[in-house]
Amino acid sequence: MNATPAGTTGFTSDELMEVNAARALADATTCFVGIGLPSTAANLARATVNPGLVLIYESGTIGSKPTRLPLSIGDGELADTADAVISVPEVFNYWLQGGRIDVGFLGAAQVDRYANINTTIVDRGPGKPEGRLPGAGGAPEIASNCGKVLMVLRHSTRNFVKRLDFVTTLGHGSGPGDRKKLGMPGAGPVAVITDLGVLRPDPATAELVLTELHPGVTVEQVRAATGWELTVADTVGTTEPPTPDELAALRALKAAGKPAAAGESGAAGKSGAARKPGAAGEPAAAGKPGKETR
Amino acid sequence: MADIRSLQDAVADLVHDGDTLAMEGFTHLIPYAAAHEVIRQGITDLTLVRMTPDVIYDQLIGAGLVRKLVFSWGGNPGVGSLHRFRDAVENGWPRPLELDEHSHAGMANRYVAGASKLPFAVLRGYRGSDIPTRTDTVSTVVCPFTGEELAAVAALNPDVTVIHAQQADRAGNVQLWGLTGVQKEAALAADRVLVTVEEIVEELTPRPGGIVLPTWVIDAVSVVPGGAHPSYAAGYSTRDNAFYQAWDPIARDREAFTQWIDENVRTTEGALTR
Repeated sequence: MNATPAGTTGFTSDELMEVNAARALADATTCFVGIGLPSTAANLARATVNPGLVLIYESGTIGSKPTRLPLSIGDGELADTADAVISVPEVFNYWLQGGRIDVGFLGAAQVDRYANINTTIVDRGPGKPEGRLPGAGGAPEIASNCGKVLMVLRHSTRNFVKRLDFVTTLGHGSGPGDRKKLGMPGAGPVAVITDLGVLRPDPATAELVLTELHPGVTVEQVRAATGWELTVADTVGTTEPPTPDELAALRALKAAGKPAAAGESGAAGKSGAARKPGAAGEPAAAGKPGKETR
Repeated sequence: MADIRSLQDAVADLVHDGDTLAMEGFTHLIPYAAAHEVIRQGITDLTLVRMTPDVIYDQLIGAGLVRKLVFSWGGNPGVGSLHRFRDAVENGWPRPLELDEHSHAGMANRYVAGASKLPFAVLRGYRGSDIPTRTDTVSTVVCPFTGEELAAVAALNPDVTVIHAQQADRAGNVQLWGLTGVQKEAALAADRVLVTVEEIVEELTPRPGGIVLPTWVIDAVSVVPGGAHPSYAAGYSTRDNAFYQAWDPIARDREAFTQWIDENVRTTEGALTR
């Protein structure tokens, strides 16, 4: 469901989302990057609209310039290409809490109409145990302390829910003024970019409204994929399709990750056969961002 | 002063049933070999502490050795869920798992307080989050100078911290470099410290950004080349991404997991780690 065939339009709905997420970073100076889709967007921005963008990862790398998409937050590529590598307490205290980062870029498991985020637990209904998600990671303080927050996730009623089962990370709370009341220095979420379009908080209500559709997507499609009664802006724009250069850059970043991942598996042999997992060598989720929440 | 000794002896001496045990490493330098020795020795009823309880803790939890987990993000980085962690939380298999849950900023500051021998740390954190409803180690404190209300997080002081590093010298001084995460704080916060290293060198050469832990803050050093696998040690190995991906189907299934642990950890008698 996450991709229209490339043959019909020349690009997939995921690529539309990723390119538009990268464009949202055109004016940023510094970005605190979550792994997965946010990392794809931030690295594509460096390759296209914002070559000077400073990427900061919570593993303690400042100014990472990877030539392929990192496969985890602590990928050696992030440290090897960084301007500086610092400790984790330092990245959170001096740089993030110190107010030195423009944009936080986050994914989410669940988001509500005020762009609050749940990555902790989901209620599965009566008699069933709560479903366990990875937890908070860096998100609560990223959303609080960065100048503003961008979000990127695929659009479905599973992700865009009427009521969060747990608030891991505050977006706009229950309306305007909530962030200020809590003394949060940053502006909070300013855009949620999905594979269907873009949602932005209404300045008067702080509620996410549909402001842009990707080419070929209808308002009805977005409504059907949203778990609350979605408000639609008076004028809904259409995003620009990816340019050939943007598509080429995105595909090059993704392709660069694949041979590198395969090559790195050679380390298994060095450490002894008995430590290899049974199904080693399976390509699995190499190029596919799964439940990326950090 | 650190004794240089076998991993088997060091773990047997330093890690005990019921301990609070931190095995740190932020994706890089994760002490897997030491965790496998804990599994082989069946050291149990542990409270495990770690910012990112990834596959290393999935293995300890699935092996039934863990009573409680103190953490801020539990997943298989770049792949998806930790299935043994989820099974323990959701279904109590192989035993129920108590959670003390934080954000990364909170956990990092809990270690800082622990290393500083202060009872708590302050940060502008947890605002608007439901996390404080699920833990008794987050509270608030009012700044005596400005009146601002801040989050307070209780210090973490593990009984034992285990980390992996690149090098030690013969006196037991240790140096690690690359992504050094929260290892220094976790080591200095603990009562007892075990460091596994890639190799012993005659003299430690200072590295840009390297961290030196002097021998007098460490109890034991064990030489375990490749002891961070499937994680990595910068300058010695690269991350085995294929292992993390292959772990997913193994960990999904209780029997496949148990068989894997039996074959690759429990019956190996530590042969791979010394």
